[in-house]
Amino acid sequence: MLTCKDASHLLSERQERPLSRRERWGLRLHLWMCVSCRRFEQQLDLMRRAMRLLRRRVEAEADAAELPADARERIRRALAEGHDRAKD
Amino acid sequence: MEEANLNKHLDEHPAGSPETWLDEHGSALYRYALLHLRDPHKAEDAVQEALLAALGARGRFAGGASVRTWLVGILKHKVMDQFRRQAREVQLEDPDDRAESDAPGDESDFDPSGHWRNKLSDWGNPEEMLERGEFVAFLQRCLDALPQRLAHLFWLREVLEEDTKTICKDLAITPNNLWTMLHRTRLGLRRCLDSTWLKDAGRRG
Repeated sequence: MLTCKDASHLLSERQERPLSRRERWGLRLHLWMCVSCRRFEQQLDLMRRAMRLLRRRVEAEADAAELPADARERIRRALAEGHDRAKD
Repeated sequence: MEEANLNKHLDEHPAGSPETWLDEHGSALYRYALLHLRDPHKAEDAVQEALLAALGARGRFAGGASVRTWLVGILKHKVMDQFRRQAREVQLEDPDDRAESDAPGDESDFDPSGHWRNKLSDWGNPEEMLERGEFVAFLQRCLDALPQRLAHLFWLREVLEEDTKTICKDLAITPNNLWTMLHRTRLGLRRCLDSTWLKDAGRRG
């Protein structure tokens, strides 16, 4: 019989790897009986979907980003120094 | 060789000259760094370190792959260096953080017999939760409050959707290691959301 701790592990790992037939049956049985683990399952699902929204937001922000002019200038200077050393 | 000739020689290298790297690929590299490091200063540092490293390794550029792919590959290593450095700094500054990220970490959720210590709360209708934008905002805050190493792993896996094999290779950990840490992170986020977002939602009715 799976404990809640085992079941929560499997619910989490299900997002990373396919579960074995035995693990799937054990989990199904446990979820059938355990309201907390069913809620954990829903909460994991919600978190995962929220992470996807976060991903879209972060990507949109990054897509719009340009290397700022002052940063570009600092890097240009550092590269010029490095370049000079490479020539020596 | 005269200076001018030497310059010409250097600039005809198949990887191109460092000046063009910055003009042609600077923003693309910066975006990559920003996406991973989530901090403009750290992103700038990583881009600079990567370009300096590229300058030193120019002789080893094999052609074939595009210059950008080559530069991003170097940047990726620099980004990982930043994370490793951060992880060390955090450990030095805050021994508790280290303890937390290395401990089994399930004790606060489960009793010794493996049952949840407290019955889990109902978080309500997922569609509604996601439509009201606060859930994502709270999630981001909870993620920022995690030990850095866990937050980074979770970010790589769930936001940037890198595959397990790549993460394990880059960070020199086993898949089991990774899964355990991801699971611990999910438990931590759940606890955090329970005590911040759910409470807040409850207050607002």
